[in-house]
Formats: sequence, structure tokens, C-alpha cells
Amino acid sequence: MKKLLSGNEAVARGAFEAGVKLAAAYPGTPSTEILENVAKHFPSIYCEWSPNEKVAFEVGIGGSLGGGRSLVTMKHVGVNVAADPLMTFSYTGVNGGFVFISADDPEMHSSQNEQDNRYFAKFAQIPFLEPSDSQESKDMVLLAFEISEQFDTPVMLRMTTRISHSKGLVETSDPIELGEQNLFDRDVKKYVMVPGHARARHKHILDRTAKLAEYVENSPLNKVESYGTKLGIISGGISYQYAKDIMPETDILKIGIGYPLPNKMIKEFVDAHERVIIVEELEPYYEEAIRIAGIHKIEGKKYFSREGELSPYRVAKGLQKAGVVETVAEPGYDPTQLFPRPPVLCVGCPHRGFFAVLKKLKLTVTGDIGCYTLGTLQPLGALHSCICMGASIGNAIGMEKVNGSKEDIVAVLGDSTFLHSGITGVLDAVYNQSDITIIIADNRITAMTGGQQHPATGYTLMGKKTKSVDIAELCKALGVESVRTVDPLDYDETMTAVKEEIKRPGPSVIITNRPCVLMPKPVYDTPYEVILDECNGCSACFRIGCPAILPSKEMTKKNRPKAEIDPVLCNGCSLCAQVCKPEAIVLTKQPEAVK
Amino acid sequence: MDNNTQNILIVGVGGQGVLLASELLSEVAMMRGLDVKKSEVHGMSQRGGVVSSHVRIGAKVYSPIIPYGQAEIVMSFEQAEGLRAMDWLAKDGRMIVSTTRLVPTTANFGGLGYPDDPIAEMKKKTKNVIAIEADKIANELGNPRLINTILLAVASPFLGFEKSVWEEAIKKLVKPKFVDINLKAFAQGSKLAEASL
Ligand SMILES: Cc1ncc(C[n+]2csc(CCOP(=O)(O)OP(=O)(O)O)c2C)c(N)n1
Ligand code: SF4
Ligand code: SF4
Repeated sequence: MKKLLSGNEAVARGAFEAGVKLAAAYPGTPSTEILENVAKHFPSIYCEWSPNEKVAFEVGIGGSLGGGRSLVTMKHVGVNVAADPLMTFSYTGVNGGFVFISADDPEMHSSQNEQDNRYFAKFAQIPFLEPSDSQESKDMVLLAFEISEQFDTPVMLRMTTRISHSKGLVETSDPIELGEQNLFDRDVKKYVMVPGHARARHKHILDRTAKLAEYVENSPLNKVESYGTKLGIISGGISYQYAKDIMPETDILKIGIGYPLPNKMIKEFVDAHERVIIVEELEPYYEEAIRIAGIHKIEGKKYFSREGELSPYRVAKGLQKAGVVETVAEPGYDPTQLFPRPPVLCVGCPHRGFFAVLKKLKLTVTGDIGCYTLGTLQPLGALHSCICMGASIGNAIGMEKVNGSKEDIVAVLGDSTFLHSGITGVLDAVYNQSDITIIIADNRITAMTGGQQHPATGYTLMGKKTKSVDIAELCKALGVESVRTVDPLDYDETMTAVKEEIKRPGPSVIITNRPCVLMPKPVYDTPYEVILDECNGCSACFRIGCPAILPSKEMTKKNRPKAEIDPVLCNGCSLCAQVCKPEAIVLTKQPEAVK
Repeated sequence: MDNNTQNILIVGVGGQGVLLASELLSEVAMMRGLDVKKSEVHGMSQRGGVVSSHVRIGAKVYSPIIPYGQAEIVMSFEQAEGLRAMDWLAKDGRMIVSTTRLVPTTANFGGLGYPDDPIAEMKKKTKNVIAIEADKIANELGNPRLINTILLAVASPFLGFEKSVWEEAIKKLVKPKFVDINLKAFAQGSKLAEASL
């Protein structure tokens, strides 16, 4: 039966059809929906949100060692976190098949960098497959498991945002019949990577890669589409689709397995054409590998950017530059210069409250990754660094140790981020006694990625009630002497807490306790309004950056706009009323009891 | 380029139901036995940012993204976003736009402001603009989230699929609680479409 599926939905379907027993992940755009779909549609598969990608990867390895086919998914930067187990798992190899998804984000739609993870597969010397649409996303999952078991290797399936989030038609099938599960075999020479054993396994990697190099020459995943042209194109992934769209009847070698590359096939293709152009997104990965293989009559990145996503336009422009395409579809109309529409913290977001305080106190804030990263935007402008998940605390410690900031230093990170990789940072702040204040913005959910459970929410991915870790008690157990909880939308309470904690020697932790407004239960309901006669145009409320607060048409005597609140947007968080000195902002009516 | 591919771009602001609209359109095309690809990016860009969804329908579709200047129809759930999306509109293409105005905070304070009349600016560029007070109709129907269905109905005569297929798709994809109201919105939009033809 044909279904319209996104690449991510197709991977989930593929896992089901491949007989996967276990799936583990930490959420991250654009990979998140894979496990959400596994949990929603395929309850026969055990699946979990792990605290971070490294744990997810290790759980997946455990599943494989126990003989179950295992799938682990993550966004590109998640592979950095999971790199340690990955590099050595390449040595041991698998028992049950093991496939992990690296969902890269060219153009950085929702990421802090656009690293090209094809190099990770080469680095770990493991095969990677690269689908170019939803159908292939599903099919390649099945094939990746076969390769994993046949060659005793973890396999990477490399997706990109366009593949993960685009939908296309997918022919679905029933799950395949797998033989009996091979339970764990205590083969220590294979699984205990002490130097003596690992040396032998390094040989296994080299042998395996040599065998794979033969295999890829005959795999249907690498294929030539011939039309008898003198020009040849080599491409893979989404770039293949763009190239086909522009030059549907030009000879093309489509790469489906990107490591190792089918060098013989490529050489024949290059020899048979007058010119060969490589169309690939981000880094010149194919181009370099092909040149290393001694094939030089190729052209590529001199026509295409290494930055951002390719698109039909960018590919056509590159091919035009190469002189093989005459006309390029240009924008139909001259573009109008328009205002930007940047992402913003939601109306009533609890993060806005403590950022208003941090801004007021002009503190130096090392930040982290989550919705609260948006606290960096004007008018709040109250977050000053963001490197990777968990970095805020270490960054604050280092800065404090070199006396690098005149102002007191605060680290801000979310609950999910704290549990992902902030705990060890707190440990360091305690161990090496750093004078910093750590704000854990606990909104009870992994909000940025669309609302996933984590170890402190009390629910698992499979919907079971479970234990939830007490973040305050955990911080105390790590040795933090002052741990306090505040309501981030209580401006005065938060102000007092921050002022006291930044003065306290040694590390302290402030935990904010208000849930994300997109959680199922409404936080508040009744909107506020501005009494125009009382408003003096001081703009204190504008500075908290709530999208519901607008400039009024009415001006003060000094010709400054008074404030107005959009009653449909406002959800009554009360923050603006608290920063309004003349008390011009009031409830529109008495609130109903909060449900 | 495959000239038989139909390209439709749907744009709006996070929360306006752009994705449901493109889902409905793709479903309808699939029910009619055609190849469909649709593409959008979700994630950070959705926190109140611009959302755009490309839908391509044909015998065989390669790229999920529409090339510039090749969309026969652009549906915009917000005035200024329609203006922004004109890069994609084909020379003889149709712009179907809701008169909804959503002004971001940043456009109120400094920098580039929200244009006074984006629809007038569109009309300066092309005569094929159909502006619909979809927000007003949606509110009259009692749910501001119906702009997407109303605009789809207005676009439906240009897309060439029968009404019954649309209704089937709505029943299949919309949450049961909201099916009736969406069917009503579709009927309202269809009436407007007839009037505008
Ligand atoms: C290594 C890594 N994994 C995943 C992500 C994707 N990601 C960005 S923010 C975030 C979650 C943030 O949740 P939380 O800390 O609770 O903050 P909130 O968004 O709820 O405010 C995730 C999973 C990432 N950037 N890096
Ligand atoms: S999703 Fe939740 S945490 Fe994120 S900006 Fe909105 S209210 Fe804040
Ligand atoms: S009370 Fe004020 S700050 Fe809170 S949502 Fe309403 S307008 Fe925004």
C-alpha cells in the first residue's frame, strides 16, 4: 500500500519492517519524529528517550550485543556526543544488526552548526547510506541492517533536514521474517576492547572495509542512469533530486552508499564522459575521496557553495556557472525588502521572567541550547554565549577562573539540557569551587524540539508512568550548598533570589518552576489590559519582548507610544504588570480558578 | 524541467495551520493517483516565525522544493508573508491571500516596519491577486484557525480536484472533533471561489 510519509516516518516504518527490537534516541531536530513515530505506531518495538545521545548509543549497542536489531537516532551534533562509543563499536562489530541515524541540518534551520557527518562514517570506517527521498529512507533502513549483520559493522544512515521533513509516497510491506535471535555470546576477544584484543579487531576493520569496497561496486544502491550524454553528473542524497529536476536526461551516477565509494564504477563513469560534475551539499566529501582514489577528471565545489543547503536554484546556478545549463528559473518578481520574522519566546513563556531580571541586573550570562537561547534576542538581549548542550556551566567556570567578566556570571540551561550534560558541569563547579550562579530553567519538558519527556517528567516515551528525578535534590547531592526554587514569573521573588545568589561564595543553583505554556494544561487564562490614562510610555513592558504587547496609537505628551495588549494573544502571565511602575496594566476581569 | 508538475506554495506564520493545509492538498493528489512531494522545515523556525510548505504534484516528481518563479498558486494566510513569497510565484500564477495581518514585535520597534498595505503592493506586481477576508469568515464560523481550510477551498477550482475528494481528505486528516466545522469552512470558501470566478 502507498502512503504519504516524511523521511522520518519512513525510517520508523523501515525499522518496523526490518524487525527492529529496540530503538533509542535523544531528541534533536530534524531527527525527533523518528522515535515519536516508532512509539506511536509500532508498540512492539521497545523504545526510549535516553538522557543523551551517548547513552542512547550505548543502549543500542547493548541491544545489538543481546542479538536484537537496534536503531539509534540523533541529530548531527548528537553524533559528537556519541562519538566515543561509536569509534570503538566499529572495532567490536555487532551481534544483532545496528543502525544509527545521523540527521544533518545543512542551512542550520534549527542547529548551532552545519557539520557534514559523512566524514564521521569515514573516520569510524563504517559504511553509510544516503537516501534521497522517503521511499529510499525506508528501503535503506532494511538494507542497512542487512549490511550491518553481513559485514559485522555498525551502519550509519545519513539523513538531512530536507529528507527528514519532506514527504513523498512510500510503498509499505509487512515486516520481514527474521531467524531466531542470537543471544549474547561472551566472546571477550570481540567485545572486550583491551589493547591486545583491539589490535586484532583493528585488522577486522581493514578487512571489512576491503570487502565492503567490493560489495559497493555491485550494490543496486549505486547506479548509473544513462541517456548517452557527454556530460556526467555524480550526486547523492537530496542533491540528486535537484540535479534530476534540472537535467532529467543527463547521465548521472547516483551514490547510495557513500563509504566506501565504488571507485571502479566511478572511474568507468568518468572515463566514459567528456566532463563529470559532482553535485553535493556542504563539504566536497565525494570530490576529495574520488581524487584520493586517483580520479582527477572531475569538477565540483568550484561551482557550488560549501555553505548552507543546496536548492533547485543553487544547483541550477552552479550548473550555469559550469556552462552546462543556459537559463535558470529566477525569482518571478523583484524581491520586496521586508521586516524579518525571527522566532521568539511564546507569549507567557516562563523563561521571559528570569531573563527580564538578568537583563535588569546586567549580568554576564553563559547560555545553552533550548527555547531559552531565544533570550539572546532583543529586546531581552540577556544571554551571551551558546556553544553546545551543557556548555553553559563549564563556560561560566572557565570565565570566572580567569576573572574574565566584570559582572557576576550566571549560567542558564534548561531541565532537559541539565540532565543531558549539565550534571557533570555542576560537579565541576562544586569540586573546583567556582563562584557562579546556575539557573536551571525547569519548564518540565524538552520544549525546543516540540515537547518530549525526559527523566524528570515522570513519563517515558512509551507513555508509562515512571520515577522522576528531583533536580533540586540531585544538585544538593552533587554538593551545591545553596539550591533554591523560584517562580520565574514572580519578578520580585526572582530578583531577590538572583541578587542573593550572585553574592554568595561558591556555586549556587536557582531552579525555576513554571511549566512551558505549550504544555497541555493552561498556565493562566485571563488577559491583561493597559489603562491608557495611567500609562506614561516608560516602555518597561516593551523591554520584556512579549509578542502580545504592542505600541498604542495613543502617544504621551512627550510623544512616546503608550502600550496596548492584544487580548487574543495575551495569556495572562502577569509579567508586564509586575514591571509596570505606574500600575497601568491590570487584569481584564477576575481570573477563573486555574484548571 | 517537467512542465507537467503542478507547484503550489503555502505560506503563513507558525500556528496558522500551514502544515495541515499542505497535508490536505497532498492527500487529495495522492487519492487521485498522482506522485506528490511536499517539503517544509519545522523546528526553531516555527516559534512565531515564517512557515512555508512546498507541494509538487505530477506524474513523477524529483525535487521536493519548487524552483523560483514556478508556483502556479501561492496561498498565503497572512498579507506580508504573501508579499515575501512572491519569489516563487510564476509570472501568470495566482496569489490567494488572506487579509490577516500578524505584526511581529520587532517590526513595531525600529528597523523595517510592517508595510501599510502589502496587498496593494502585490497588486502592483501582478493582477492575479485574490484577497479573501478569511480571518473574518473564520471568526464568524467561531474558530480563528479555519483560515487554512477557507483558502484551500478558494484555491480548489484552480487545482482541479473534485469537492468530494477534498471532503474525504478532511474527514481523514482533521481531528474528529473539528471535521464538521472544517467542512463548513470549506463550503464557505467554495462559495467565495465561485463568486470570484
Ligand atoms: C547534542 C545535541 N542534542 C540535541 C540537540 C537538540 N536540542 C536543542 S535544544 C534541546 C532541548 C532543550 O530542552 P530544555 O533544556 O529542557 O529547554 P527548553 O527548550 O525546554 O526551554 C534539544 C534536544 C542539540 N542541539 N544538541
Ligand atoms: S515552547 Fe514553552 S519554553 Fe518554548 S518559548 Fe514557548 S513557552 Fe517558552
Ligand atoms: S500578561 Fe503581559 S507579558 Fe504576560 S502574556 Fe499578557 S501581555 Fe504578555
